[in-house]
Amino acid sequence: MSTPKSGEALDELSQGLRRLGGAVTGGIAWIGYAARFLTAVIWHSPAAFRRLHLTLREIYFSGVLSLVIILTSGLFVGMVLSLQGYEVLVRYGADEQLGILVALSLVKELGPVLAGLLFASRAGSAITAEIGLMKATEQLSAMEMMAVDPIARVVAPRFWAGVISMPLLAALFSALGIFGAYLIGVRVLGVDAGAFWGQMQAGVKVWPDVTNGIIKSLVFGTAVSLIAVLDGYDAKPTAEGVSSATTRTVVVSSLAILALDFVLTVFMFRGVGS
Amino acid sequence: MNRSTIDLWVGIFVAIGFGAILFLALKVGNLLTLDRTSGYHLQANFDNIGGLKLRAPVKAAGVVVGRVESIRLDPKSYEGIVIMRIDRDVLFTKDTIASINTSGLLGEVYIGLDAGGDTVMLGDGGRIGKTQSAVVIEKLIGQFLFDKASDAGAKK
Repeated sequence: MSTPKSGEALDELSQGLRRLGGAVTGGIAWIGYAARFLTAVIWHSPAAFRRLHLTLREIYFSGVLSLVIILTSGLFVGMVLSLQGYEVLVRYGADEQLGILVALSLVKELGPVLAGLLFASRAGSAITAEIGLMKATEQLSAMEMMAVDPIARVVAPRFWAGVISMPLLAALFSALGIFGAYLIGVRVLGVDAGAFWGQMQAGVKVWPDVTNGIIKSLVFGTAVSLIAVLDGYDAKPTAEGVSSATTRTVVVSSLAILALDFVLTVFMFRGVGS
Repeated sequence: MNRSTIDLWVGIFVAIGFGAILFLALKVGNLLTLDRTSGYHLQANFDNIGGLKLRAPVKAAGVVVGRVESIRLDPKSYEGIVIMRIDRDVLFTKDTIASINTSGLLGEVYIGLDAGGDTVMLGDGGRIGKTQSAVVIEKLIGQFLFDKASDAGAKK
């Protein structure tokens, strides 16, 4: 015996709950779909690697064409770090520590993360738009019709190109950043060059610092590439669908990079003195 | 764009990418030391080298004239043996005093050389006889407190 008003409220509540449940199961199903997709991509990778020129072409588009933005960003980030770090360090007369400050922050953190963010917006969005448009113009269906697996022909080369390019781009970012820091710190601000390199070499270890940076950039490359190809492959085959998939790639991969970075940093954190 | 141009660009990209990784490992991480600058060696033995590190600067009158090249312990006398590489055009007298100093409270540790009045110059592999060890602040504070306490005890 409920009044129509309370029935309405109950309806609204159950609808809200249903929406929440739908969002949760949808999210979990998306993770499952992504895992299945990743397995399919890896399964079809040997076929893609047999035709290496496809992967090389994609490395050209996502790696080589990202060089300009990665190199200039690295240089400027290094120069800014150098200026800002110097300002604080010189107060304690510790401006010789500039090298280690810049090198550690670039190699462990800023290099992989910023290169990953730039890579997601420069290359990831392009991959999504390309695959999405292929789907919208039914090129993928046409391939299937001709018994060409689109995952092996289109998706896997783009995925692997991202995984291969990302660590190289991150290393270039860090190297150019350190060079920029050297230009500003040593050439302009007058930090002793020997102390700059010497402190850096005393403080930065190949294992674990440099290797951790490379591991991070590999993980980011895998995440960004997977999100980019998956969003493109999964896009609604309309102009609007492709545009929203492209946006989603940039947003989701940027968030994924930052979240993964935190998780990886927690794992790599050694505490003081160890 | 044809295939061979793409191959070329990808090759260049991968090469400079690996170059950057090598740079990070070798130059930044100091896996290997590649630089060999010219100069001559001087040796100095210290009772305590404090926080002296490899490639720390060697200064005379505040001007950098060389770098610390190796640090090891003399197993007999338990002194720290420091080998320095000094610029070729800077010569030091035989009675030069080497001391380990710190620039500022948190600054880096360096070796200061004070030339004396001797006419004989140190050559390659020469040994600086007069040295002054690093000041260990904890010891200094400990000594100060000890002196204070003994002063107070004497006054009573």
